[in-house]
Amino acid sequence: MALVFAFFFILPLVLVVIVSFWDYNEYEMIPAFSGRGYTDTFEGCVAQLPELCTILKTYAKTVKLCVITWALTLVIGFTVAYFLAFHVKSRVWQMALSLVCTVPFLTSNVIRMIAWIPLLGRNGLVNQGLQAAGVTRAPVEWLLFSEFSVVLALVHLFSFFMIVPIFNSMMRIDRALIEAAYDAGASGFQTLRHVIVPLCKPGIVIGSIFVITIVMGDFITVGVMGGQQIASAGKIIEVRLNALQFPAAAANAVILLAVTLMIIAGLQRLVDIRKEL
Amino acid sequence: MSGARGLSFYLLAGFFALYVAFLYGPMIGIYILSFQGPDGGLTFPMNGFSFVWFRKLFAGGGIVDIGAALRRSLALGAVVMLLTVVISVSAGLAFRKRFRGAGLLFYVAIASLIVPSIITSLGIGLEFRLIDDLVKLHGPGWLSEQHTTWMGLFTSGLGSHLTWTLPFGLLIMFAIFNRFNPSYEEAARDLGATPWQTLRHVVLPIILPSVIGIGLFGFTLSWDEIARSSQAIGEVNTLPLELQGLTTTVTKPDIYALGTVVSGISFAVIIASLVGIRLVQGRRR
Repeated sequence: MALVFAFFFILPLVLVVIVSFWDYNEYEMIPAFSGRGYTDTFEGCVAQLPELCTILKTYAKTVKLCVITWALTLVIGFTVAYFLAFHVKSRVWQMALSLVCTVPFLTSNVIRMIAWIPLLGRNGLVNQGLQAAGVTRAPVEWLLFSEFSVVLALVHLFSFFMIVPIFNSMMRIDRALIEAAYDAGASGFQTLRHVIVPLCKPGIVIGSIFVITIVMGDFITVGVMGGQQIASAGKIIEVRLNALQFPAAAANAVILLAVTLMIIAGLQRLVDIRKEL
Repeated sequence: MSGARGLSFYLLAGFFALYVAFLYGPMIGIYILSFQGPDGGLTFPMNGFSFVWFRKLFAGGGIVDIGAALRRSLALGAVVMLLTVVISVSAGLAFRKRFRGAGLLFYVAIASLIVPSIITSLGIGLEFRLIDDLVKLHGPGWLSEQHTTWMGLFTSGLGSHLTWTLPFGLLIMFAIFNRFNPSYEEAARDLGATPWQTLRHVVLPIILPSVIGIGLFGFTLSWDEIARSSQAIGEVNTLPLELQGLTTTVTKPDIYALGTVVSGISFAVIIASLVGIRLVQGRRR
């Protein structure tokens, strides 16, 4: 196992960092030290101040998508996990319903993305419904290939990563604590706010780490659901790669990695992952 | 938490039902649409019912060779599944005792899970490119003359999938052994079983359902994997990569038919695993 990770994970990461400092021309990379990968990326950033340059705008947009998706998956994940953990009494039903939530996660992401097309497209069900109800006369264009559809698909695909850790945390809460809160006169909401949420914090943090890192590095969902029109941090890397500019791609990868690690480091201070399994 | 089901139960149950509809609704939609009649388009309503798009899919002549991609994906998935099970179980057993570097290895595994896929993929791609360059320049003559690339389905592609499936396997093993009662093992030892016999006849049967679960994760994660494969797979593509490529070009329901086939295989594997787990558990009683 150590070997697999060394050869297919650690070494590649080290190489990404090294190559990010190499020089390159139109068709190949040149093993000589150069900061071009980075300077090209931030081209015009200083000159355009105070306006944001392309790369910063792209990161701002990625972070925005990330925050919206995170907030939505958190609310959905917490509610679903709460229902499963506290309101479904029978063990068998609990298993069955968690399985219902797990199965889509094991099927193809691309298929789950294209599945939205017949619903959201110009002639899709939603537009047909809206027009039939007389809400709009012309089809609504922003439903598909927009930021809206990207966020919708991201929530659709990745809320599972939020449900599982939160559910796991909730199942470990001693039911006697909740009884005690009620006996002490707490209302349902007070119990939720002061007992359940603090005890679920590890699950919430772990789920957040998953969702945030996935969304930060995503380029497929953004590509497919954004109609290849919306830029994101992962998408920049893909574009650079398609242009065979490996050092530039690597430089972007290093930047993305640094941003992601900073977010995780912030969250990691809150819990120790290993204790929570 | 009183016994009676209050308003909140029904509200939450309603929310849950909506969520499940949100999860499954669109998918079911395209399964239905893949049976469009020959004149049907990409959206509802249905224009008749036919298998025309499935036939078209397997007749070939389309933009990509679906059959070959399907076989490649199946083969890769099977290998990934096998390796994931073997490596995760051995690692899981190893982690029960403390060993040098255990903490480090654990954090590397977690890191492998959360470092954005495209970066891992890019790194593996670069790694193999550089190895290829090295071989061409400095390798022995018999090798360097005809060497093209070592990047491929079962080298870089396999490696990239393992960086994704192994952390899941390891986490599942941790979850099992945190709930594992060591007194069974002690009993076996007291009865004179060798360590190997203890493993073979006591530990493995107990964890078998979860091991099937790891296999299920290994296969399905590999079967649907795109981001990590994208830069590391070499010349050929796996099925999900072909499918992703098709999303921008295809305007006919054959893409739904392909989606239905791919999901069908996923579901078949999931159901097979669940049946397997049930059988194993049933035998125990």
